[in-house]
Amino acid sequence: MEKHVVVIFPHPDDEAFGASGSVAQFRKEGVPVTYLCGTLGQMGRNMGNPTFANRESLPEIRKKELKRACETLDMELKMLGYRDKTIEFEDKQEVADHIRGYLEEIKPSLVITHYPGYAVHPDHNALGAAAIQAVEDMNPVERPKVWAQAFSNGHEEDLGSPDVINDVRDTFDKKLQTILSHDSQVAGMFGWYKQLDELDEEVKNELIENQAMERFYLWDFEKNSSK
Amino acid sequence: MKPIELEKVQQALDSYLNKEVYVHLETTNGAYANHLDANAYTVGAYIRNSKVTYKQAKIIGEGNSYRVGLKMELGWIYAEGLTDWTIYEGNQLLLAGHDREGRLMVALEVSETPFK
Repeated sequence: MEKHVVVIFPHPDDEAFGASGSVAQFRKEGVPVTYLCGTLGQMGRNMGNPTFANRESLPEIRKKELKRACETLDMELKMLGYRDKTIEFEDKQEVADHIRGYLEEIKPSLVITHYPGYAVHPDHNALGAAAIQAVEDMNPVERPKVWAQAFSNGHEEDLGSPDVINDVRDTFDKKLQTILSHDSQVAGMFGWYKQLDELDEEVKNELIENQAMERFYLWDFEKNSSK
Repeated sequence: MKPIELEKVQQALDSYLNKEVYVHLETTNGAYANHLDANAYTVGAYIRNSKVTYKQAKIIGEGNSYRVGLKMELGWIYAEGLTDWTIYEGNQLLLAGHDREGRLMVALEVSETPFK
């Protein structure tokens, strides 16, 4: 059993789509989980559908949604205070040191973050790289394991099959509730979640299958050492 | 936000004439554009809290899509595809263009105080 899990993603809702089923499973086992959320998703383009947010009101709205999502999962929340879309332009070592401060205090046994270079959004790649750097900078005997999430097109050609494939159908209701906490964001590409009840059974099951497997690569510090 | 009312937006733009104002100008098609469609390009730009002074402003358009041009001493600020507007927190004029799913595609905002 894990001692404490720390999830490190840049945007409110990354945790929902990427790892909320796994987080719910950890919580069911009684494992504490902390979310280090990098930004408030200030520059998101989804404003609700129909729109109820605007560029200036979006950060506060997403902060409330993030808090609701973390309450749903019973997960502790720490906000790192960066600005959406800018993480890759920050000093990487500074961000890594910032994250390492939390890790040395929490002493997790597992860190979940994005796989640098294979996570599509520049913020995902940059925060994932800083998080892995943070773990790498720790005393090797105190290092937690790292599960890195990759989802760029064709990532399996480079990385092979994921090492961890969590079937989260047992906590899927929690995952769905967490996703729906992010009301301003579940329009657009994930709008189907809102109409789940109206879909026919076959389509619905296919959609659930797609979201019911949470995949991660176990980071190999020997093989991938950046030093 | 609500659909642009040309005369009201023109009045709001004029209220900032010859004043030092802060501008937020942005366009985006989303960080996932190329991920979702290999033929698409991921393109975006924004500038936030740029301090400028403009001496002339116009909003032009018909139907539900508008352009705004702000003429400055040494250049222009321009936005196209604006559909909605609001006055936010008393002194901020927000203009934005949304697609049919409500996603922001372009934004032009003017304020006498810096944006947060």
